[in-house]
Amino acid sequence: MLQRLSVPLVLLASLAVCVGLSMGGVLDGYMQTVLMFVGINVILATSLNLINGNMGEFACGHAGFMAVGAYVSSLLTVLFLTDSKFGPALLPSGAALWFFPLSLVVGGAAAAVTGLLVALPSFRTRGDYLAIITIAASYIIKSSIENIDTIGGARGFMGMSRVVAAMNSTIDLPWMIIWTFAGAVFCVWIIQRYVSSTYGKGVMAICQDEVAAEIMSVNTNRIKLVTFMLSSGLAGLAGGLMAHVLGYVNPGNFTILKSTEIMVMVYMGGMGSISGAVMAAFLITFLMEGLRFIIPMLDTLLHAVWLLPDGYELTQVWKWVIIPLLLIMLMMFRPEGIMGARELADLFPRLRQYYKFK
Amino acid sequence: MALIDVDNLTMRFGGLTAVSEFSTRMEGGELMGLIGPNGAGKTTVFNMVSGFYTPSEGRIVFDGTPTAGLKPHRVTTLGISRTFQNIRLWHDLSVLDNIRIAQHSRMGYTSWDAFLRTRRFLDNEARIDRTALELLEALDLLRFKDELPRNLPYGLQRKVEIARALSTKPKLLLLDEPAAGLNSADVKGLIDLVRWIHKEFKITIWMIEHQMTVVMSLCQYIQVIDFGRQIAAGTPEEIQKNPVVIKAYLGDDQI
Repeated sequence: MLQRLSVPLVLLASLAVCVGLSMGGVLDGYMQTVLMFVGINVILATSLNLINGNMGEFACGHAGFMAVGAYVSSLLTVLFLTDSKFGPALLPSGAALWFFPLSLVVGGAAAAVTGLLVALPSFRTRGDYLAIITIAASYIIKSSIENIDTIGGARGFMGMSRVVAAMNSTIDLPWMIIWTFAGAVFCVWIIQRYVSSTYGKGVMAICQDEVAAEIMSVNTNRIKLVTFMLSSGLAGLAGGLMAHVLGYVNPGNFTILKSTEIMVMVYMGGMGSISGAVMAAFLITFLMEGLRFIIPMLDTLLHAVWLLPDGYELTQVWKWVIIPLLLIMLMMFRPEGIMGARELADLFPRLRQYYKFK
Repeated sequence: MALIDVDNLTMRFGGLTAVSEFSTRMEGGELMGLIGPNGAGKTTVFNMVSGFYTPSEGRIVFDGTPTAGLKPHRVTTLGISRTFQNIRLWHDLSVLDNIRIAQHSRMGYTSWDAFLRTRRFLDNEARIDRTALELLEALDLLRFKDELPRNLPYGLQRKVEIARALSTKPKLLLLDEPAAGLNSADVKGLIDLVRWIHKEFKITIWMIEHQMTVVMSLCQYIQVIDFGRQIAAGTPEEIQKNPVVIKAYLGDDQI
């Protein structure tokens, strides 16, 4: 009994630690934001992994679906909970507690429907062609947002920090940490359930031989639709969370660079491995932030040992040399990513007794 | 009513006619053969019957339902299953998963049940597991259930592919050159296996095969096609003696 409960208990305990440390002031605002971005990146990496890893397709428009989720949920919360240019708040500020998660769900659903619209015409295409379609779709989404002036156009949309403040003033807890944590756990949980069912194993069958899958009675079109909707819906959830963590969204947040960043996490973690995607999300987020501090240290060090001329300073731009370099090394020495197609429980069979894999 | 009635099937790829006015009919329970030289159009016939190609002309009526134009997975659900000339298992999924996934048409639950782990999901997954294990047990493959097909010897891969085809619960099983690439010991095993499946599962089997020993010892009735047209049909004895067939296989030059 205790063994079956161990995973929920460990998760609850780590959430409690995060919440406790944030409230106790051990984690400052910056650290909290980094933690929240870890959660958001976990959602993004695991959900894209479903398509690029498990299904073996090549979708590069994840940021577009994030944008849909971000804007839909932000609009809802700002419209209903704050006095904005749309008019006075429609709900009392205490309602933020239940309305915020609801708006995340609606944002995710909107992104899933957008995913459906993108998936329908791209059935007959695979590989490069799907990549082009998804890039095109994400650009359509981005430029549509840029051209709708009521939601701020290219200037962006704000007001979400007041929603977060409303939640915090109702009950004093670091709500965004709780919700990003819950979102990440929900995402891993639902994907795990999907890919371990006979239904979801159809996704892997499509990846390995689509013709054989269709002839062996797998409704490949239906499975692709469901998988694409699930993946884009979760990206929308991540977008909604990100909008509220930052308190501000801007179409520029959802460019091809963002999609690439998510793809890097998927390929770094290992295609088709949930635990790999989670690890890569942690690693990349911490690496990106860690370099902020490491680069100045490196600068001092290199000057101290006379490796750099006095006039030259190692700036933050070098982050974009170091990270791609690490990726090239990874692809050279471990092209299958950290985990390959394996899960944590395949490497450590003893973990199996703590969580059921099916 | 016939199990399958194939009437005047024609398949054109651009200007090339791969199959021309091919007809056949099975009442159910037969073990039929389809032979012919390389490139004669045998696999094209199978591709049309299994729904992979939509025939340019002609009709296929399976169990009372016209199947031409249906998606392959719908055709499989109606009861036609097949194997491939070059083995097309899902090589990175375990043998058991290969067998399980082939039960997609009888899954009995939706994606929502999978997310929510409803009673319906649990019951059906248990049933899928049970039938998959029973099938593996019956075909003496149970000890390989956790292996990846890629790690199995070629002969066993063939057998797993046949098991996967059976897992869809077919009424008609199409075997596309099941003996291709097998050594003589494996071929003997295959003949026994096909005969056993035919008897035990009480299904109709239609096979393409190049190795005459296999066709002659298994099939009750054989059709021969060459350049997309039927050139002969009959029992194995008749076919062996038919001068048209000999000519098609050996050419008509005087040696």
